[in-house]
Amino acid sequence: MEDCLAKKMEITVSEAEKRTGRNAMNIQETYTAYLIETRAVESQSEGHCAPVESLWRRYSEFELLRNYLSVTYPHIVVPPLPEKRADFVWHKLSADNMDPDFVERRRIGLENFLLRVASHPVLCQDKIFYAFLMQEGGWKEMVNETGFQLKADSRLKALNATFRVKNPDKRFTELKHYSDELQSVISHLLRVRARVADRLYGVYKVHGNYGRVFSEWSAIEKEMGDGLQSAGHHMDVYAASIDDILEEEEHYADQLKEYLFYAEALRAVCRKHELMQYDLEMAAQDLTSKKQQCEELATGTVRTFSLKGMTSKLFGQETPEQREAKIKVLEEQIQEGEEQLKSKNLEGRDFVKSAWADIERFKEQKNHDLKEALISYAVMQISMCKKGIQVWTNAKECFSKM
Amino acid sequence: AASAPKPLPSSGPKSLREMPHPLATSSSEEMGPALTPSPDLLLPRSIADKDLSLPNGTPVDTSSPASSSSLLNRLQLDDDLDVETRDLFVTVDDPKKHVCTMETYITYRVTTKTTRAEFDLPEYSVRRRYQDFDWLRNKLEESQPTHLIPPLPEKFVVKGVVDRFSEEFVETRRKALDKFLKRITDHPVLSFNEHFNVFLTAKDLNAYKKQGMALLSKMGESVKYVTGGYKLRSRPLEFAAIGDYLDTFSLKLGTIDRIAQRIIKEQLEYLVELREYGPVYSTWGGLEVELSEPLEGVSACIGNCCTALEELSEDMTEDFLPVLREYILYAESMKNVLKKRDQVQAEYEAKLEAVALKREDRPKVPADVEKCQDRVECFNADLKADMERWQNNKRQDFRQLLMGMADKNIQYYEKVCVT
Repeated sequence: MEDCLAKKMEITVSEAEKRTGRNAMNIQETYTAYLIETRAVESQSEGHCAPVESLWRRYSEFELLRNYLSVTYPHIVVPPLPEKRADFVWHKLSADNMDPDFVERRRIGLENFLLRVASHPVLCQDKIFYAFLMQEGGWKEMVNETGFQLKADSRLKALNATFRVKNPDKRFTELKHYSDELQSVISHLLRVRARVADRLYGVYKVHGNYGRVFSEWSAIEKEMGDGLQSAGHHMDVYAASIDDILEEEEHYADQLKEYLFYAEALRAVCRKHELMQYDLEMAAQDLTSKKQQCEELATGTVRTFSLKGMTSKLFGQETPEQREAKIKVLEEQIQEGEEQLKSKNLEGRDFVKSAWADIERFKEQKNHDLKEALISYAVMQISMCKKGIQVWTNAKECFSKM
Repeated sequence: AASAPKPLPSSGPKSLREMPHPLATSSSEEMGPALTPSPDLLLPRSIADKDLSLPNGTPVDTSSPASSSSLLNRLQLDDDLDVETRDLFVTVDDPKKHVCTMETYITYRVTTKTTRAEFDLPEYSVRRRYQDFDWLRNKLEESQPTHLIPPLPEKFVVKGVVDRFSEEFVETRRKALDKFLKRITDHPVLSFNEHFNVFLTAKDLNAYKKQGMALLSKMGESVKYVTGGYKLRSRPLEFAAIGDYLDTFSLKLGTIDRIAQRIIKEQLEYLVELREYGPVYSTWGGLEVELSEPLEGVSACIGNCCTALEELSEDMTEDFLPVLREYILYAESMKNVLKKRDQVQAEYEAKLEAVALKREDRPKVPADVEKCQDRVECFNADLKADMERWQNNKRQDFRQLLMGMADKNIQYYEKVCVT
C-alpha cells in the first residue's frame, strides 16, 4: 500500500462521554461525544514522541463526513459507519443507545472506520478528512462550503436510472446482485446467531442451579458432602463463564456487521455507474434524434412520424429561411452533443476503470478480513470448548472424591 | 491425597472382568456378554469397615430374619466381601416381545450362575416379565419387612407419552431390572430369600405364585405387622435423623431431576437454532469464491456440533435421569420401612407398658413381649445395617452417575473441539 495517512499517523477513538446540549432546534438533548486522538508517527527518532492532538466529535459529525466522502468519491467503496441503532440484539443485550456496552462497541466501530479511511490510498488524502481529525472548530462549515450536497444525486433519479438503463457493464450488474445476496445472507446469519446466543445463554445459566442444589444436598451428606460442594462450585463457574464468551462473540458479530453495511456501499457504486450509463444512453439517444431531425429537415423527407411532419403537412411547409435557421441550431446542438457525449463516454470509462480498481481492492480486503474473522470465531469456539472441558473435568474430579 | 478412585478389595488390583469365573471350566463357551457384571458390582470396601451393633452395644448378626429371638447363624457376613467369595451372579438381558391374543408384553431373560448349596443347579436361565419382578418385590417386602428392598422402575406408563415397546424404553427398563436383581444379590439376607430363589430358578413361576401362601407359612416368615393403633413414645434419634435425611434427600433429588430436565430442554432448543445456523454459512459459501471453503467448513462444524449435542441429550435422558428417579423411589420405600419400624417399636412399648401395669409376679416376661422386643431390636439392627450398605452403594452409584455426566459433557466438548 502506498503512502497513506494511517502509516504516518496513529489514530484512536479513545473515549466516549455523555454530553447534554442544545441542538439546532434549541431542544435539550443527550448525546455521546467521542474523543479522537492523533499522533504523528516519527519514523526514526527514539524518545521523540510527538504530541497527541485530540478533539471531540459526535456520531452525526461522522455521518456528515461519510456523506461527504460518498458524494465526492462515488467510484470508491466508502467504508461504512457502525450501526446507528442497536440491531440484532438478543435478550441480554440492550437496545438502548446509551447503554455502556453499546457505546463501547460503537467507539471501536468508529475507530475502525477512521482507520479504514486513513488506510485507503485515495480517501486518506482528502483535506476534509484531515480536518475532521485535526480541526475541531469550523469543520462543519468547511464541509458545507464544498457544496457537496449539490453534487449528490437524488435518490429518485438513481432509482429511475436503475430501471431504465439498457446497457450497464455486466460486471456491475453482477456485483449488484452479489451485494444484495450478501446483505441478505449476513442479515440472516446475524439474526440466527443472536437466537443461538440466547439459547446457549439459557443452557449455561440453568447449570448454575446445580450449584445451589449440590450445596444444599452436601449439607445433609457425610462422606459425599465435600465432593458435592466443590462440584457445585464448578457448576457456578460454568454458568458464569457464558457472559465473557458471548461478549467476545459480539466482536465477531460486529465484524460481520461491517461487511453487511459494506454491501450498501458496494451498491452505491453500482448505482452511480448505472446513473452515469443511463445519462450516457440518454445523451446518445438525444443526439441521434437531433441528427435525425437535422437530416429530415435537410432532405425534406419525413422518415418517421412526427408532430412536426404532421403540422407541416397540415399547415404547409416552412420557408427555406426558417429551415436553414433550424438546421443551424440543430447542427450547433449536435456538435455540442457530440462533445458532451465524448466527454461523458470518457467519464464513464474512467469511472468504470477506477471503480473497478477499488472494487478489486475491496474484494481482497473483504476476503482477508472475513477469513480472519472466521478463524478467530473458530478459535473462540475452541476456547469455549476447552473451558467447558476444564470445568467438567474439575467437576468429575470432585465427584470422584465423593 | 490421591485423586485415584478407591482401590478394589484386598485381593489385589485385578478387576472383576479379569477374574476367571468360578464355573469357567464347565461352561466357558456359553459365557457371552451375559457374564460380564456391570460396573456397579464393584463392591464398596467399606462394608468391611463398619461395625454393626445395636444401640446398646451388642454386636449383631445382620442376617437374622425377624421371626425368632434366637439369632440364626446360618450365615456369617463375610467381612471381606471379596470378589472371590461371590457365589451368585445374576443378569437381566435379551428383551423379547410376545404377542398373545389377550395382550402384548415383553419378557427378559434372567440368567443365574452360582455355587451356593441352596441352588440345585449351578446355572439357570429363565424368562420373566415385569409382573414377575413386581411379584418378587412384594413377596420380599412381605417376608423381609425389616429390610430395605430395592425399588423397581415405575410400573405404569402413560400410554400416549411413551411407547412401551420402543427400544429406548425397553432398554432403560432392562437396566433398571438388572440393577434391582443385582442389589438383591448383593444383600446378605435378601439373596437367600426363598422367593428370590424360586424367581431365579422356576420354569413355571405362575404355578408357584399360586401356592404362595402355603410356602410362606412353611418357612415361618410370615410376620404380620399391625399397622396403626399404637402411638410411638420416642423415636430413637438415629432413626429420626434417617427420616429427616430421607426427606431432604428426596427433595434435593427431585430438584436435580427438574434441573436436568430443564437443561435438556434448553439444549434441545439450542439445537433447533443451531440447525438453522449451520446452513446459512453454506448459503454464503455458495455466494463467495475465495471464502467458500472456510464458510463451508464452518457450516460442517456446526453440523457436527449438532450431532454431538444430540447425543449428549440422549445420554442424559437415558442414563442419568432414570437413576435419579430410581433413588427417589428408593427413598420412598425406605421411608415406608421406617414407618413400619416405628410401628413395631410402638407396639413393643405398648406391650411393655401393659406388662408393667399388670404388676404380676411372673418371673418371666411373657413370650410375646419378648418377641416384640426382639423384633424391634432386629428391625433396628437390620435397618441400620441396610442403611449403611445403602449409603455406601448410593455413594458409589452417584459417584458413577455424576462422573458419567461429567464424562459425557467432556466428550461432547471434545467432539466439538475436534471439528
